[in-house]
Amino acid sequence: MSFMLSSALRNLPVSSAWAAGAFTRSLSCSSPFQAAAQPKTKKTLGKTGVKNVVVVEGVRIPFLQSGTTYADLMPHDLARAALQGLLTRTSVPRDVVDYIVYGTVIQEVKTSNVAREAALGAGFSDKTPAHTVTMACISSNQAMTTGVGMIAAGQCDVVVAGGVELMSDVPIRHSRKMRKTMLTLNRAKTLGQKLSLISKIRPDYFAPELPAVAEFSTSETMGHSADRLAAAFGISRLEQDEYALRSHSLAKKAQDEGLLQDVVPFKVPGKDTVTKDNGIRPSSLEQMGKLKPAFVKPYGTVTAANSSFLTDGASAMLIMSEEKALAMGYKPKAYLRDFVYVSQDPKDQLLLGPTYATPKVLEKAGLTLSDIDVFEFHEAFAGQILANLKAMDSDWFAQNYMGRKAKVGAPPLDKFNTWGGSLSLGHPFGATGCRLVITAAHRLKKEGGQYGLVAACAAGGQVMVCALRRGQEQQGWSCWGSAILPVIQTSLRHLWLPPPPLVLSLFPGAEPDPPCLSPPVRSCAEPQGPP
Amino acid sequence: MAAAVRAIGSLGRLPAAARAGPTRHTPPRGYACRNISTSSALQNRTHVSCDIKGDVAVVRFNTPNSKVNTLSKQLSAEFTDVMNEIWANEAVKSAVLISSKPGSFIAGADLNMLEACKTAQEVTQLSQDGQKMLEKIEHSPKPVVAAISGSCLGGGLEVAIACHYRVATKDRKTVLGTPEVLLGLLPGAGGTQRLPKMVGLPAAFDMMLTGRNIRADRAKKMGLVDQLVEPLGPGVKTPEARTIEYLEEVAIGFARGLANKTVSAKRSRGLMQRLTDYAMALPFVRQQVYKTVESKVQKQTKGLYPAPLKIIEVVKTGLDQGNDAGYLIEAQSFGQLAVTKESKALMGLYHGQVHCKKNKFGTPQKEVKTLAVLGAGLMGAGIAQVSVDKGIKTILKDTTQKGLDRGQQQVYKGLNSKVKKKSLTSFERDSILSNLMGQLDYKGFEKADMVIEAVFEDINVKHKVLKEVEAVIPAHCIFASNTSALPISQIAAVSKRPEKVIGMHYFSPVDKMQLLEIITTDKTSQDTAASAVAVGLKQGKVVIVVKDGPGFYTTRCLGPMLSEVVRVLQEGVDPKKVDAISTAFGFPVGAATLIDEVGVDVATHVAEDLGKAFGPRFGGGSIDLFKLMVQKGFLGRKAGKGFYVYQEGVKNRSVNSGMDEILEKFRVPANPDVCSDEDIQMRLVTRFVNEAAMCLQEGILSNPVEGDIGAVFGLGFPPCLGGPFRFADSYGARQLVDKLRKYEAVYGSQFTPCQLLLDHANSPSKKFHQ
Repeated sequence: MSFMLSSALRNLPVSSAWAAGAFTRSLSCSSPFQAAAQPKTKKTLGKTGVKNVVVVEGVRIPFLQSGTTYADLMPHDLARAALQGLLTRTSVPRDVVDYIVYGTVIQEVKTSNVAREAALGAGFSDKTPAHTVTMACISSNQAMTTGVGMIAAGQCDVVVAGGVELMSDVPIRHSRKMRKTMLTLNRAKTLGQKLSLISKIRPDYFAPELPAVAEFSTSETMGHSADRLAAAFGISRLEQDEYALRSHSLAKKAQDEGLLQDVVPFKVPGKDTVTKDNGIRPSSLEQMGKLKPAFVKPYGTVTAANSSFLTDGASAMLIMSEEKALAMGYKPKAYLRDFVYVSQDPKDQLLLGPTYATPKVLEKAGLTLSDIDVFEFHEAFAGQILANLKAMDSDWFAQNYMGRKAKVGAPPLDKFNTWGGSLSLGHPFGATGCRLVITAAHRLKKEGGQYGLVAACAAGGQVMVCALRRGQEQQGWSCWGSAILPVIQTSLRHLWLPPPPLVLSLFPGAEPDPPCLSPPVRSCAEPQGPP
Repeated sequence: MAAAVRAIGSLGRLPAAARAGPTRHTPPRGYACRNISTSSALQNRTHVSCDIKGDVAVVRFNTPNSKVNTLSKQLSAEFTDVMNEIWANEAVKSAVLISSKPGSFIAGADLNMLEACKTAQEVTQLSQDGQKMLEKIEHSPKPVVAAISGSCLGGGLEVAIACHYRVATKDRKTVLGTPEVLLGLLPGAGGTQRLPKMVGLPAAFDMMLTGRNIRADRAKKMGLVDQLVEPLGPGVKTPEARTIEYLEEVAIGFARGLANKTVSAKRSRGLMQRLTDYAMALPFVRQQVYKTVESKVQKQTKGLYPAPLKIIEVVKTGLDQGNDAGYLIEAQSFGQLAVTKESKALMGLYHGQVHCKKNKFGTPQKEVKTLAVLGAGLMGAGIAQVSVDKGIKTILKDTTQKGLDRGQQQVYKGLNSKVKKKSLTSFERDSILSNLMGQLDYKGFEKADMVIEAVFEDINVKHKVLKEVEAVIPAHCIFASNTSALPISQIAAVSKRPEKVIGMHYFSPVDKMQLLEIITTDKTSQDTAASAVAVGLKQGKVVIVVKDGPGFYTTRCLGPMLSEVVRVLQEGVDPKKVDAISTAFGFPVGAATLIDEVGVDVATHVAEDLGKAFGPRFGGGSIDLFKLMVQKGFLGRKAGKGFYVYQEGVKNRSVNSGMDEILEKFRVPANPDVCSDEDIQMRLVTRFVNEAAMCLQEGILSNPVEGDIGAVFGLGFPPCLGGPFRFADSYGARQLVDKLRKYEAVYGSQFTPCQLLLDHANSPSKKFHQ
């Protein structure tokens, strides 16, 4: 039973593809002197008349395989830890936050607006409204772009976006018949009525209803769809295993080298502090080759080893309008630029969204694939990633299914998910989107790149792609008129920023942290900038 | 009517089997096969080719110039050749059989080949050739895997089950089955012997006796196929091309596995199946099964169809006396059945159905994308249902909210029953329903390409509706009337554009009955007709096109017969007996029950109209009897009372005792010379056939084929007789005229044979079907 459940669940959420880099339309007014310049230049990807939205910081608690250390917690506990981690690292005063948006997929019914419950528990002001969104695996992307929209529309200046998923516990319901009986029982007045209702209960009423194991519209599990997708593009088992091994190896390397700076430790009540993702398991091709297919039996190619696993985790991200960030003394890590959501056939192209969305967002941003320095794609399945790469590299597919003259081209692997991906780091459905964006930002900074592209596919055949631009020194980017792609801008190095004392003195309230589950997060918080 | 529907429904399925139909054999041309593995010289193969992929031979079937593959002489010969090469080639360790056509593995034997045989011996010989070939495959030392995509029927299924392993694509086009029984035949290439061993006796009987199509997923559960392959979406090739390529890859994998023994062809059987198999191994259990099945068949076919009984006998012989005896009797019975008149009649229907699935008016100028249906009654909602589920945007309009709700519920229920049977997902149901717009006004009619009215059968109402509709529809829009008797020209009389007016006569229940009778007037344009036929075909109907006239073709033929039924009842034969006599003749529904199903009020209406138009020829039974029934509220099934009493959930309906008094009142004396059971049957049938012939004579019908199809699929004329015209041929026009003259002597002009029948009677070489 538990196996059934887990294999069923596994397929659920994987689908959202984040395709776009987060991009912010840069606001021309932020630099009035630039208004006269050409309305759109390639450099900044900003847009005239639209505010620049920046990522100030993004964190996540370690992503753990479900059923491990987080097993006894509730989803809002994880979200709370991520929010507190964000607070600690940024020292942002709680009451500055105008709004909180969280994404989640499998909802815990007790905390259906998990954003609000977590925010209250994390010590945010009870005056800060919060809502929860869901869009399968791109739920936190949706949370983020919701925040971008609020800021761009001038309704908010500071938004916290994030996502959470706890696959260790999912709501398992009574059968509909049983629920109906129980609800009717509530209304029954006399003992006689109650007894007669109870007497109607049959053994089959007790069969539980598991959370949907499949795409609602097609009744197909996601793993099955991924296997068919891989077959449609002729991706072999070996190619998939090799890709999965690459993901795990790169993740391991990144972890060992301390590149995964977005991870904040989490002291789990009654257990030790968790500091690292626990799903990274570089293995060998031989060992992976021994596994049996998990979905299309007995001849399929998708196995437990080349799929993302069920994961618990949460992420949180602080986004602001550029002026606000600068005024508060923050160095933006990235500019969120253009983003695109697309959707397509949920049956045969469930996981093929990145292929459709990438050229769209590139066009919007006026970039080409070769301008992108950093690709962060959500890895639902190795086969799915490889199928997308193949589709992007096919003129036939572009002409016959996308209505384009030519292919967009496949991203070069040396720029692609080089710090691991969902296959190895894990994939808490609701939380992955923010991880992708912040990882892209960190990679841009580390590698000195300029533009990043983030893509993730989601159940229902939907996808989000966003382009980012690396955060840069004020001067540099003030002349970028407008840019489109989600280019992440991550420059800590040459950011223009106010002297740190200012930050501290501006927000003295940030200093005393409220009691929290996690160990003093501040200790590992990244310094805000050069003193 | 349910029974009728079922009988006809199953017939309906038959086309799949024979769709293969006429296959023209192209003469061997230069080179056909992609490559030939063996050292043997290049051969001119056109139907079968062979690729060697490593140590696996891939044999591809591809009947040229045809949508489907059929087991023709040419294909069988080339197949044998190729297999011999494979067996001789040491480098090849296993083989995969696959089709180059994504929609068809092998759709069955070539019917033309069978029909060309003059004697039973010739057919038996064909059967034995097939048996030998498949036996060789079964005992092949190199494993053979069938990779099935598309129809795998009849001979095709027999090829597949002779293989060691079967992999099938799990899509809607992939169906497996043994539809031979629907053509009055039996599986003649070892199928009767292999199938029981493969799926168990009960399932094998079910398949062979009903001829039903089995979808791939069901086939997997039954053990008919070993593995399923899900259809793929687009990759860097089209979904169809890539899916069949993938099927081939998977099948090659299993072929290799079987050859090197990493895959076992043995299936793990469930507990239930093992128990069943164990029970079936006991002779007395088997006897019991034979007995039950035989009595069921007897009951359903009334002994009118020889094939099912033969199938039981052949299976029995094989299981009780061993393979050799089984194969022998299978081939012999196959030969015998192929020359029976039942088989000829059923094959005639098959060909007729193929004929009626073509649009002889060509492609219409404008495809109907938006359809409006007026009236959400039983018919209107039925029409909406069969349209909307084919992707036609459909407006369903009624005048009252209550009527509209009922109609929409009917459509929902119809689709939902498919969901329950798992032939549709609930999501597909919902997205289909999103194309149905229920409304009370004429909004959106300006976009309609066709309007079908199914309002009350009253000329004034029809006129009113026609005028209202013409005020709102665009110039190209066609107005079709679903009426069972009102002449279309009369309806079109008030039209501003009579060339756009046509009749589309559907049969109830619309989602079950396959026939659509299209009626053209002198003024109806060709394009209008083309459009109506195209819509009918899209709705999945078998379409006949007839000229306008009172009662058109179907209603007109039914009229005299029902009139005779009433006379028989008046003569003191009770309704149950009338039903028994007519079903014994092969009608799927008893004649008295048929009146209840049609509705006594409707029957009265039609009888009056036709009586006015045709005069005494349509007389016989007293119309006043009907009128009195209507007065008393005995309207038939819909009212719960007619000749019978209908109660929800009660299966064995009883005769309506209130009818005794009415029947007594209209009692007429019976003449014992013409009142034997056989005479009663012939009185009913000869009037039917005579009227049908008259329709042909007058040009209402354009050919006998459509006449047969209309009678069988619309009215339940016994399928084993193949329709009124085939019946006239097989019974003999002379004998028919003799019978008519005999009854004419007693009852008068109602039985006067028409000129066309007389002509046929006078020259024995004249046949309706050559």
